[in-house]
Amino acid sequence: MAAPAAAWLAGLFLLPFYVLLAIAFGTVDPLFRTPVPEWNPRYWDTTQLLGTVRDIVGRGAFLGPAVARTLVYVACASALCLAIGYPVAWFVARYGGRRRTPLLVLLLAPFWISYMMRLLAWVNLLQTDGLVNRALTGLGLLDQPFEWLGGRPVTVVSGLVYGYVPYMILVLFAALDRIDPSLLEAARDLGASRARTFLRVALPLSRSAILTGLIVVALPMSGDYFTNDLLSGSPHTAMSGNLINDAVSTPGQGGRGAVLVLLLMTVLIPPMLWYVTSTARQDRPEAA
Amino acid sequence: MSRAARPDGAPPGMAGSGVGAETLQPATAHRPAWWRNPWRRPAFLAAFTWLYLAWSILPIVIAVLFSFNAGRSRSTWQGFSLRWYWRDPVLSVWHDGTLRAALGHSVELAALTTLIAVPLGVAFAIGVDRWRGRVGRVFTFQMLLTFVLPEILLAVAILLLVTNMLEFVPLGTTAQVLGLVTFQLSYPMVICRARLLTIGREYEEAARDLGASPAQALWRVLLPLLAPAIFASAVLVFADVIDDFVIVRYLSADAASEPMSVKIYAGTRSSPTPALNALATIMLVFTLVTVTLGYLAYRRLTRDERGREPAVRELVARV
Repeated sequence: MAAPAAAWLAGLFLLPFYVLLAIAFGTVDPLFRTPVPEWNPRYWDTTQLLGTVRDIVGRGAFLGPAVARTLVYVACASALCLAIGYPVAWFVARYGGRRRTPLLVLLLAPFWISYMMRLLAWVNLLQTDGLVNRALTGLGLLDQPFEWLGGRPVTVVSGLVYGYVPYMILVLFAALDRIDPSLLEAARDLGASRARTFLRVALPLSRSAILTGLIVVALPMSGDYFTNDLLSGSPHTAMSGNLINDAVSTPGQGGRGAVLVLLLMTVLIPPMLWYVTSTARQDRPEAA
Repeated sequence: MSRAARPDGAPPGMAGSGVGAETLQPATAHRPAWWRNPWRRPAFLAAFTWLYLAWSILPIVIAVLFSFNAGRSRSTWQGFSLRWYWRDPVLSVWHDGTLRAALGHSVELAALTTLIAVPLGVAFAIGVDRWRGRVGRVFTFQMLLTFVLPEILLAVAILLLVTNMLEFVPLGTTAQVLGLVTFQLSYPMVICRARLLTIGREYEEAARDLGASPAQALWRVLLPLLAPAIFASAVLVFADVIDDFVIVRYLSADAASEPMSVKIYAGTRSSPTPALNALATIMLVFTLVTVTLGYLAYRRLTRDERGREPAVRELVARV
């Protein structure tokens, strides 16, 4: 029964990554600049790989800034997701009360609203004559409209936070909801202050959920190019996802695209493995 | 279980502990009584949560409102009209051929993907359920991996596969469906496996003991029991494909095979008219109606078994 799907996944999940390797370690047609895949691993050629790595870390590395920027943006945006997501998840999980179900529906709504629509909504608001600028100038906070969409890091990072914070909230909510309230009450009864109860009881109990949440938002952010494209479009805010997208959409850059995908994947494998193993481990006692 | 026993908010009878708190914590005695109450409702957290929700939802509401704007602006209200839906003879979603085609293409992709991914995933879940052992674990692993693997990595890999190895697969609808099914298989797999675990093996074994063949036991006992899970996964796959962007964009052939999400991406910075808002609103209505109807039908299907709903909750917690 499982054979058809297994065959499907072998053909369309594993095979694509083999083709990726064959192209990344293949050569480039000297005339047409199209990638020539090398199917036999014995003849794999590292010229393209080394060339791209040199463009990232070597002298005159023009891809380097985008990679460094990715790290900074993703770190900032993930931290902000946590700072916003934790209080919200905490409130809904512990104080939702009668409003718990409607609150959860509102928290889930972004998952059923297309990501493109959510970006379109912000592009509308952040235009030069958009509502955000009008509100800020109207209140006297700005003398003249600010070019939010003109390649501003602050816009890109806020866009990433807006896009991915719902994932963080769900992961944290699922974990905080499972914390037994009597543990927190016991801490308070034994004289711990609010802050102390949080730091010594709740926080340690949610540590692995925080890590999972950070991974769940940071991974898609590092492959995201459309948030950047729509909210900035400037090469000065480009991230790793943009490098891949640009390479893939430029004729003659397909080989470089494959190498970049391969590199990004190599970097992301440890967190992905951590997520998969920790989630699988959590599932087992429930299954028993 | 603990949820049922949890008090909603503050436990009653703990509110008036003013005097005791004063003697125990003289340093905080000058603070108002409500602050000293250890079980007070967290006003700051509540405000923060509602602010977050406003930030999260209001931009969408405003975008929907401006799809009904009578003028071209997306920030100045010029009166209500259905111009951008169908009244405008050239620019409205209905009369702009490319926008209307995008709408049709999105629905087509969602329907095809659901029809292929759900049977494959259900069969897989049933098969792996009796396999267990190492093979099962390998695929559980793969399944979880698709949840965190950045979509762009798989999308580029499939694009390279289709353009360099399986050249007989044309870009466009065929390639898009192949990619989408690969990405969406996890939904039916995860949901049906969770449900299989709660069903247990007893029903099927009872059917076999009473003389049913394996095929009959599967068809007449297991599948009806699985129906809510199958249904739920179909709804999720359909709604998710309508919103998909990365895979469908890389695997599209030309403007004719670009669905709604790609049109919105392409138009947002280049030719912004409220028609885009209208298209996005239609897309929103599609997914929200699908999910709402799906949820209601799911509740109906499982109305005899309250308390067994964690399948969907589980999934949602892991998106």
